[in-house]
Amino acid sequence: MVDVTPADAVPPAEVGEMELYHPHSWWTKYVFSQDAKVIAIQYSATATAIGFVALFLSWLMRLQLGFPGTFDFITPEAYYQFITMHGMIMVIYLLTALFLGGFGNYLIPLMVGARDMVFPYVNMLSYWVYLLAVLVLVASFFAPGGPTGAGWTLYPPQAIMTGTPGGQDWGIILMLSSLILFIIGFTMGGLNYVVTVLQGRTRGMTLMRLPLTVWGIFTATVMALLAFPALFVACVMMLLDRALGTSFFMPAIVEMGQQLQHSGGSPILFQHLFWFFGHPEVYIVALPAFGIVSDLISTHARKNIFGYRMMVWAIIAIGALSFVVWAHHMYVSGMHPYFGFFFATTTLIIAVPTAIKVYNWVLTLWRGDIHLSIPMLFALAFIVTFVNGGLTGLFLGNVVVDVPLSDTMFVVAHFHMVMGVAPILVIFGAIYHWYPKVTGRMLDEALGQFHFWVTFLGAYLIFFPMHYIGLIGVPRRYAELTDMTIMTESAHHLNSFISIMAFLVGFAQMVFLFNLIWSIRHGRDAGGNPWRATTLEWQTPQTPPAHGNFGKELPIVYRWAYDYSVPGAKEDFIPQNVPGSFIPSREPA
Amino acid sequence: MAETTLTDSSQLDRPQGWRGIAADWASDQRAFKNVSWGKAMMWIFLLSDTFIFGCFLLSYMTARMSTRVPWPNPSKVFALHIGGSEVPLILIAIMTFVLISSSGTMAMAVNFGYRRDRRKTAILMLLTAALGATFVGMQAFEWTKLITEGVRPWGNPWGAAQFGSCFFMITGFHGTHVTIGVIFLIIVARKVWRGDYDIGRPGFFTSRRGHYENVEIMGLYWHFVDLVWVFIFAFFYLW
Repeated sequence: MVDVTPADAVPPAEVGEMELYHPHSWWTKYVFSQDAKVIAIQYSATATAIGFVALFLSWLMRLQLGFPGTFDFITPEAYYQFITMHGMIMVIYLLTALFLGGFGNYLIPLMVGARDMVFPYVNMLSYWVYLLAVLVLVASFFAPGGPTGAGWTLYPPQAIMTGTPGGQDWGIILMLSSLILFIIGFTMGGLNYVVTVLQGRTRGMTLMRLPLTVWGIFTATVMALLAFPALFVACVMMLLDRALGTSFFMPAIVEMGQQLQHSGGSPILFQHLFWFFGHPEVYIVALPAFGIVSDLISTHARKNIFGYRMMVWAIIAIGALSFVVWAHHMYVSGMHPYFGFFFATTTLIIAVPTAIKVYNWVLTLWRGDIHLSIPMLFALAFIVTFVNGGLTGLFLGNVVVDVPLSDTMFVVAHFHMVMGVAPILVIFGAIYHWYPKVTGRMLDEALGQFHFWVTFLGAYLIFFPMHYIGLIGVPRRYAELTDMTIMTESAHHLNSFISIMAFLVGFAQMVFLFNLIWSIRHGRDAGGNPWRATTLEWQTPQTPPAHGNFGKELPIVYRWAYDYSVPGAKEDFIPQNVPGSFIPSREPA
Repeated sequence: MAETTLTDSSQLDRPQGWRGIAADWASDQRAFKNVSWGKAMMWIFLLSDTFIFGCFLLSYMTARMSTRVPWPNPSKVFALHIGGSEVPLILIAIMTFVLISSSGTMAMAVNFGYRRDRRKTAILMLLTAALGATFVGMQAFEWTKLITEGVRPWGNPWGAAQFGSCFFMITGFHGTHVTIGVIFLIIVARKVWRGDYDIGRPGFFTSRRGHYENVEIMGLYWHFVDLVWVFIFAFFYLW
C-alpha cells in the first residue's frame, strides 16, 4: 500500500518500470536506432536535405520569372516540374516530416516524461519507410521524362496525360508511389506519437499539464492519421488510372486528336479527396507551429502562457473545423454554388479560435520580461507573418473575392506567407531553442542574428510585392509572362526584385546550415538548461539526453509547464518536477 | 503493482459530473486506464483504416451514382449456375457466412486466451485463419470467374467501366487485409502454442509474462476486417 499526499495529487505508477534494452553496437546506436531522439535527428536531417533541393528548385523558378528568356535550359516543361516538386517536397517531405517526425520524435517522449516512444521498433521502421519515399521521389529526377509536372495538386486528367511532363513517363508513377510510401511510413510513426501522448505519460503529467508543443503535435498527428487516408486512396486510384487504364478520375477525353480509352470518371472526385487531405494538411503543419511558438514565447518572455486552457481548446477546435472546410480550395472547380456558401462559412469560423490564439500570444508578451533571444525573434516574426497570411486568407475564403483572385500570384503570396514562411520561422526558432539540448552547445549568436534578419525581412520583400502583382492579375503557374498586357514595366521590375530577394534569403539558409554544422563542435557550451525553462526535456540528468531519457527514475510532475516568474518563488522559473506543496504555482485549478 | 489508498479522501476536492469525467480522462499516465499500449495503438490504427475504406466506398458510390452508362446488375453478375438454375449472390452469401463465422471463432479464441488455455486458444486461432483463408480462396475463385467472363479493371461486357475498377480495387484491398490477418493469426497462434506468452519470451509481438493480450489485439483487427466486409457486401453487392 502506498500513501498519496493529497496536496501533490501524484498517484503511484500504474505500471512498474520495465527493463530497458540498451543498444550495443554502433549500427544499432546510430543507424538502425530505435531511440526516438536518434530517429528524430535522422528524420530532421533527411527532411532538411530534401528541403534544400526544394529551395534550389525555387531559385530556378525565380530565375525564369525574374529574368524571362535569359536561361534556355528552363523550358516550360522544366518550369512545371520545378513547381510541382518544390510544392510537394516543401509541404509533405519537409514540413510534415520535420514537425511530426523530427520535433514529434524528439520532444514528445522527453516532454511527457517517457523513456521512449511506446513502440520503438515500429518508430524506427517509420523513418526507413520515409527515407524510401524520399529516395523514390528523388529517383523521379533521374527517370526518363523527369519528374512529374502536374502541379503540386496533381489534378487529373492532365496529371496523367501526354502533354504533361512525366504524365506518360515515370514521373507521375514515382510521385504517387512515393506518396503512398510516405503515408505508410507516417502512419507507423503517427500511431506511436498518439499512443505515447495518451498512454505513456509519467506520474503527475495530466493532459492539462502538457506543454502546448505536445498538444500541437498530438492534435496534428491525430488529424494526419485521419486526413492522409484520403490522399492514400486518391493516389491508389490515380495510379490505377495511369497504370491499368481504369477511369476513376478520367472522363471521356480527346488527346492530340486521339480519343482515349477512358470514359465516365470524375476529376472533381480527385479534387475532393485531395483537399479532404489537403486542407487538414495546412493545419497539420500549422498546429505544431502554434504549439511550439506558445512555448517559445512563454519561456523567452518569462511569463506563463495566457489562457492555457483556451489555447488547448483552440487547437482542438481548429483541428476539428479543418475537416469541414476543404472545398474552399475548389470554388472555381465547378461544384454546386451552395457548397461554396457552406464552405465559406466554415472557413471564416476557423478565424475565431485562430484569433483567440493570436490574442493569447500577444497577451502573454504583455508586460512580460521579454528576452530578444533568437528563438524569441523568430517567434515574434511568426506572429506578424501569420496574422498577415491569415488576413489574406479572409479574402480568399469568400467565394466572390476568391474567384477573380484564385489563379493569380495573390494566392501564391497568401499560402507562402501563412503555411510556408510562418511555420518555417517557427522551425528555425525551435531549432535555435532546442539545439542546445540536442547537441549540448549553443548555435552561434551572430550568425543567428544575420540569419533571422535576412530571412524575416527578405521573406517580406519577396511575398509582399507578390500580393500586389497578383492583385493586378498576373496569373500563377505560367512559365512565361513577358508578352502579357498586364505585365507592365513596373510589375516586371517587381518580379526581378522578388527574384533577387529570393536568392538572398536562400543564401541566408546556407549560412544557417553552416551554423548548424559548425556549432556542433565550436558552439558555446550550453549546460543542461540554458533558457532556464520549466519543461521536462530541460531537466534530464545528461545533455544531450542518454538512451532512456531520464536516468534511473522517471521524473514526477507536480505542476504545469508555465510556472515562470511566480511571485514568492526564488527563481523566475519552477521546473515541472519540483514538488508543489511548498512552492506556489500559477496553474489554474 | 502497488495498491493505492488515499490518506484522506475528503481533502481531495474532486470535480463532479461532466467535469469529473473530463478530469478523469485527462488524468496522468493514461487516458484509457486499463488499455495497454498495443491495444490503444490498434484501435487508433483501425480508426485511420476506417477512413481509408470510407474513402474507397465513397469514391465507388460517387462513380456509381454519376455514371451515365447502366451499372451491371450485381445479382446477375455474381450468380452461380447450380443445378440448372441461376442462384443470385450464392457465392457471396457463403463467403459472408464464412467470414462472420470466423469472427465467432476469433471471439472464442480471445475468451480462452483470457483463461490462458494455450491449446484451445491456438486451435481456435488456427481455425479462424483457416476460415479466413477459405474466404480469400473463394474470392480468388470469384475473381477468376469474372475475369474469364470478360470483366477487366478498364471495362466489362455489361455496362459502366467503373464496375470492374471498383470491384477489383475494393475487394482486392479488403482481401489484402484478410490475407495479412491470416498470416498474423498463424504467427500469433504459433507463439501461443509454444507458450511464448506464458514465459514472456523476448522478440516480436511480445507480452508481459502470462498476458495473452496479443490474441485480443489480433481479434480487434480481425473483427474490423469482418465489419468492413459487411459494408462492402451491403454497398457493392446488395445495392
